[in-house]
Amino acid sequence: MALLKTIKEIGNYFYEIYDGVTSLVRGMKVTGSYFVRPRSIVTQQYPENRDTLKMFDNFKGELMLTHDENNQHSCNVCNTCARKCPNGSIEIIYKKVEGADGRSKKILDKYIYHLETCSFCGLCVPACDELALKFDQKFEHAVFDRSTLTKVLNKPGSSSKASKE
Amino acid sequence: MYDFTSLIDSITTSLNRNFSPFWAGTISMMLLGIVLLLFYAVLGLYLVYAERKICARMQNRMGPNRVGPMGLFQTIADLIKLLLKELIFIRNADNFLFNIAPFIVIVASIMAIGSLPFAKGLQAVDLNIGVLYILAISSMGVIGILIAGWASNSKYSVIGAMRSGAQVISYELSVGLALLCIITFAGSMQFSEIISSQKDGWWIFKGHIPAMIAFVIYLIAGTAETNRGPFDLAEAESELTAGFHTEYSGIKFAFFFLAEYMNMFIIAAIATTMFLGGWLPFHLFQWHGFNRIMDFIPPLFWFFGKTAFVIYVMMWFKWTFPRLRIDQLLALEWKYLLPINLMNLVLIAFLTLMQWHF
Repeated sequence: MALLKTIKEIGNYFYEIYDGVTSLVRGMKVTGSYFVRPRSIVTQQYPENRDTLKMFDNFKGELMLTHDENNQHSCNVCNTCARKCPNGSIEIIYKKVEGADGRSKKILDKYIYHLETCSFCGLCVPACDELALKFDQKFEHAVFDRSTLTKVLNKPGSSSKASKE
Repeated sequence: MYDFTSLIDSITTSLNRNFSPFWAGTISMMLLGIVLLLFYAVLGLYLVYAERKICARMQNRMGPNRVGPMGLFQTIADLIKLLLKELIFIRNADNFLFNIAPFIVIVASIMAIGSLPFAKGLQAVDLNIGVLYILAISSMGVIGILIAGWASNSKYSVIGAMRSGAQVISYELSVGLALLCIITFAGSMQFSEIISSQKDGWWIFKGHIPAMIAFVIYLIAGTAETNRGPFDLAEAESELTAGFHTEYSGIKFAFFFLAEYMNMFIIAAIATTMFLGGWLPFHLFQWHGFNRIMDFIPPLFWFFGKTAFVIYVMMWFKWTFPRLRIDQLLALEWKYLLPINLMNLVLIAFLTLMQWHF
């Protein structure tokens, strides 16, 4: 029995060497294949390829209120996004107007977005029941004046789709 | 065909004709020193560049490409930056040892370069115990590392230096035994004779499988000896910030950095000389036309090409394998490499005795 055990141990020793060498060769195959395939490079040459650079669909650039072709957005001034925002980056200014049925109704006046305090957590987008919010792919946020980072997201002259009754 | 002996001889004779023997000797020594130092600096810089490019490609990156065409001047810019940086003196460090340590490391590697055969006749000294000399001198570098770690008066440095000491002492054995295999084949320790014994075929091919095993063991142990690759425990930036050179700054840090790359070059150059035929061209048995074409390629090209290949393999190791733990490192040497190496040496001695190699 002792002999059998010794033989097993010796076999194990050589198996370990074999196993180690094959796994090392497998690893070297991966890096070696990257080395010979320049197409596997993922680095973007940013300032040079600025015109052709396409950001990824789920990249969180800056918040935007989607407008359709009739210059209509779907915000119904429920204020959920502003309440969800951990940094208070969203301010919604509304005005009250008399609706068709005679009851007062909130209408979006200014959707103010403070890019300078936004942490791009993205909590506002799924919070919106009307799917009015979206992140676009803009990422060049550097400006000389901080006040330009405070943006009004609803376009001038836009109206709300949500005022359907 | 490409023989540098006559060129070197003509330089020596013209020096002897124009100067007294003392000045001729001094001038030739200074010329040699300047050539070797320039070679050392330029090659070291471009090895750093090559490493950065190769590791970038292996990690799907671009590597340096802004300074100069394809980033070729990046390492020169780095060197200028390091030259201009302040040398920080550590208050409680042993100043004398702290300052002398980088020079010990760098002098050890410069001295090793002196006996490398770059081409026929292009060798500073052709010692009759060249292999022994290189083994002895390249293991001097670890003394510099130990001194650097000790004199820095920092726990990271001293841990890094101790690890480096343990590592180099154990892997020196494997390097020595792997080279001993080829010494057994060639029957000489002189580099020129080892190369001339490979005229009819490189030892890695002539020596059957044992020579290949010796080559692989040499590569592993050589990588460990330069404190590189998966064996970079002496630096281990995630554990020891920078290991033995944590406290060094400016050009003294650059010395350590340069010495690491030059040690890699020396290890690769010895592998080239011992296993891959040195500056000899690649010959196939009876293809005389092919062999003639190969003869036309200059020996310097062959030497640096083979060395570059070995360096590439060592960089490949570094950027593929994760770092070993200290106990794994010692287990690899004492439980695997050393026994295999000893068996291999016995096998090679038997092969040489029976004249079974080609």
